[in-house]
Amino acid sequence: MTPETRSYPGAERPTRSYRHNADGVDLAVYEWGAESNPPLFLVHGGSDFAGTFDVFAPLIAAAGYRVIAWDHRGHGDSEHAPLYGWDADIRDALSVMSATTNKAAPVIAHSKGGALMMQLADSCPYRISAMVNIDGMPSKRRMPDVPDHDQSRLLADSIGSWLDFRHEAAASERKPGTLVDLAQRRGKMNPRLSVEWLEYLVTIGAQQDADGWRWKLDPTMRFGGFGPWRPEWASLRMAALTMPFLGLLGTFDEPMGWGARPRDVLPWIPSSGRLEVLEDIGHFIHIEEPERVSKLILEFLS
Amino acid sequence: MNTVMLQHNKVTLALHEVRPGTGRPLLFLHGLGESAAMMSALAVDWDGPVWALDFTGHGDSSVPAGGGYSSEILMADADIALRHIGEATVVGRGLGAYIAFLIAGARPTLVRGAVLIDGPGLAGGAIHATSNSEITSGGDRTGTTPDPWALIELSRDARPPTYTTTFARLAVSGSGLADPIAVTCKVSPPWVEAIRAEPGVMIDITLQDALDIYAGV
Repeated sequence: MTPETRSYPGAERPTRSYRHNADGVDLAVYEWGAESNPPLFLVHGGSDFAGTFDVFAPLIAAAGYRVIAWDHRGHGDSEHAPLYGWDADIRDALSVMSATTNKAAPVIAHSKGGALMMQLADSCPYRISAMVNIDGMPSKRRMPDVPDHDQSRLLADSIGSWLDFRHEAAASERKPGTLVDLAQRRGKMNPRLSVEWLEYLVTIGAQQDADGWRWKLDPTMRFGGFGPWRPEWASLRMAALTMPFLGLLGTFDEPMGWGARPRDVLPWIPSSGRLEVLEDIGHFIHIEEPERVSKLILEFLS
Repeated sequence: MNTVMLQHNKVTLALHEVRPGTGRPLLFLHGLGESAAMMSALAVDWDGPVWALDFTGHGDSSVPAGGGYSSEILMADADIALRHIGEATVVGRGLGAYIAFLIAGARPTLVRGAVLIDGPGLAGGAIHATSNSEITSGGDRTGTTPDPWALIELSRDARPPTYTTTFARLAVSGSGLADPIAVTCKVSPPWVEAIRAEPGVMIDITLQDALDIYAGV
């Protein structure tokens, strides 16, 4: 079967791709730009994959960088791992970075990738020469209109649902559909992105089986959830960073965003950095306005 | 011991029947770096069958590649075991005490009392953002020793008191028991200290006294 394809203006598949073994987990790694250029790492967010950089990465590479991105464990073409965790994701990142260079390199990270990289930058400052965080600066979530007892009930429901799901996880699989179906489903999470882009993403981040297209994302991973981690911990780490730092924040809240507002984030911007607020842009800042955002970032990096 | 192998996603869990009995089952959850076999030596007076679970990466359970452990995943291990044996009283040691506590809050109608005892991995990791170090290699596993990533990650696992008190309240509100948690621990890391102050948590009690109370509910 020949898979359906889509093209998108400005989108370029990576120049090189290869597999990397991160302590037993097989990761898909991608590069844009000449191998002899200085390395720069792009880190995607939760439920995303490196192919979401297909327009943005070539713009950065064109400025003379060797741009490296990878599909996180369970995402895109990387292996569906038995377990997932915050520290494991950071460890995987460090493994990919170390395989490329033992010197500090710039990092551009989006959403959850930004929060992950702030922890890495805090614990391993010798690895990151400059940090760009694209709407990955979580702030304390608030549910001001929900009374305490209802919050507890919501948590109980959330935990119970998650535990029920774990019983069936081994047999779980993503729902198949047409290419258009998958793009429409993703459109609910990415309401500001064009249908053409979403259909293009399906051809990268999904696979076409005999009964239809399925997202490659490990079906045992669930959006949202519960746990001991507190979003404000990322803020404390952000304030501690000493490398040049650029934070980018859109003003349009979206389902996959962190809901952070400029006034939540500004107090934690490190003294080595600055926050740029882009009006009328959503969570996927680099996808909505790749030219403008890449220009802004390249000026910062220069 | 009879052993049942249960599937938790890609991990195979070993659930051991330590001894048969009549009545409500008792489930043992071991400490960090221990195993069901070590936990099985715990002497208790209990009429029902006694079961002991090997957590993911420990004992006879399978070892996943590349780590990614969390207490919540081990809580789901315990839930898989509970689905097999049914409503039970749970005794947890060290890390297992924390998991017994979590599952008591998460499945309050299945857990008829959780008894927390001292043991390895009781304290856990940070209660707030800390200076972190990134460990890039877990080292090699020798024979059937626990997964090094389990030892590393579960000893650093965050346990903020605000999180744990929520589980204590879920246990109280959902179980219908007056005191669904019994803390017998001599040491009180912050998460234990926090729940000791919660209603529905028995303190200054022995393991056997707590089991005698739970046997009657």
